[in-house]
Amino acid sequence: MSFSYVSLLDLAVVVVMVTAALTLWRQSLAAAVKALAVQGVGLAAVAVILGAHRHDLVLVGVGVLVLAIKAVAVPWLIGRVVAHDHAAREASPLINVPASLVGAGVLTLLAFAATRGVVALVATPAGRLIPFGVAIVLIGFFSMVVRRRAVSQIVGLLTIDNGIALTAFLGTSGVPLVVELGVTLDVLLAVVVLQVLVAHLQRHFNVHDLDQLRDLHD
Amino acid sequence: MTSSVGGGVASALQLLWILLAGPLALGLMRKVRSRLEGREGASVLQPLRDLRKLSTKQRTRPTDSTWVFAAAPVVLVASTVVAAAFSPLVTLSALLASRVDFVAILFVLLLGSVSLLLGALDTGTAFAGMGASRAAMVGAMVEPALLVAILAMSLGVGTSNLSRLVGVGVTTSALAGPARILALVSFFIAILAETGRLPVDNPATHLELTMIHEAMVLEYAGPDLALVTLGESARLVLLLGLFANLALPWGIASGTGALALVGGLLAVSIKVGLVAVAVSVFEVTTAKIRLFRIPELLAGAFLLGVLSVISAVALR
Repeated sequence: MSFSYVSLLDLAVVVVMVTAALTLWRQSLAAAVKALAVQGVGLAAVAVILGAHRHDLVLVGVGVLVLAIKAVAVPWLIGRVVAHDHAAREASPLINVPASLVGAGVLTLLAFAATRGVVALVATPAGRLIPFGVAIVLIGFFSMVVRRRAVSQIVGLLTIDNGIALTAFLGTSGVPLVVELGVTLDVLLAVVVLQVLVAHLQRHFNVHDLDQLRDLHD
Repeated sequence: MTSSVGGGVASALQLLWILLAGPLALGLMRKVRSRLEGREGASVLQPLRDLRKLSTKQRTRPTDSTWVFAAAPVVLVASTVVAAAFSPLVTLSALLASRVDFVAILFVLLLGSVSLLLGALDTGTAFAGMGASRAAMVGAMVEPALLVAILAMSLGVGTSNLSRLVGVGVTTSALAGPARILALVSFFIAILAETGRLPVDNPATHLELTMIHEAMVLEYAGPDLALVTLGESARLVLLLGLFANLALPWGIASGTGALALVGGLLAVSIKVGLVAVAVSVFEVTTAKIRLFRIPELLAGAFLLGVLSVISAVALR
């Protein structure tokens, strides 16, 4: 019983981790959004597995909420922006893809080195997975720094948020429903605002590259 | 003493199997591909017939080429056969199986790729040189991904010996671990790149701009070409066989008894057949990626390998 719980949890966390790497790997924005949706599913699975293991119905409820918002609603909203221009891709990131993948590997190692104390402190099967949460946060930051398309930056922001949520699930004995509800709805609101903003940018200036938006236009 | 005789028999069996299975797997993959594309396709035995035809033809060699060109196909076949004889394909107790680890197998295989590359450079034609430079680029990125992927698997079980690596998979149920899955995905991408399959190289093309492997072997003709084809297909089967045994270790013989060997032979043939069919189905649904995007693919495979190593260490 406990063996299968640990291996399921490992699998779900690694799914979240791999999808974070996938958003850096694929240049196509549509693929990045799909990876984000799978990441949401993985995150929800982590919450549900932890909730089922601790017989904590609230945590299972949080998992369902995460599934609805991060795996369905948010990717759908961003997907609508991407659907407007076909073959949308991250054409010229500041660091090329192979280098940024190596960077992601280095950041993961950094996360493992930095969180050794936390892992020793928590000392549960869930606790030893905390470095993955921190690594996902770092990869999200990295993605926001090196990517120039507006949609890529939103994906990076959401990756950071997913990493924070993952760390919270793994490190604590359950996030209060109200807090989780507030945070998740905040993210949803932010994505709605960003989606409207990006759609307007696209319509008015026909650019997605945020670096081009330094000057004021009429 | 008897066990070493049995190991010798097993190694000889693996050696013969790989030479026969190579062309057959090539034929099977071509057949599956043509069927999926709505064509009848040549018989599965066609590559074997091609080999027989090529081996009776006249041997032609470029005028300025040296012994390097002549030796390359022989070294390719020999290195593949040596690697196959000592690998856990049919049985876990082939000759020297307890002493050969994956680094040795991979580097013996590398000997074949490097000799082919040198042979291509030796022809002195611009075309073969271009193919060699591309192959060197791909190879330089494949090796780290391959090594890291198998390193991750060996960290999980605490040995770098290939036979024990496969053998542990048979007995324990820790197969679905995330580290192992990541390592296998990374290993698979690296195999596709190393053996020149889609999406890295199109094995059926003779279009100058895109080909990698075909450009290298363009100057070979007759018996030399037969050896190159044989060596390349045997390499493909060896790597697919290692992948199949690492991913689905069931059915491999643990001893060297006659019955066990026959069972292992059947098991590995079925597994390699299944993986070969899966590769062709994948190839039909995918397009060749641009040469300049190959580093992205292989860097991704490398990252998966690194993540796999990290999870193997962290989730122990």
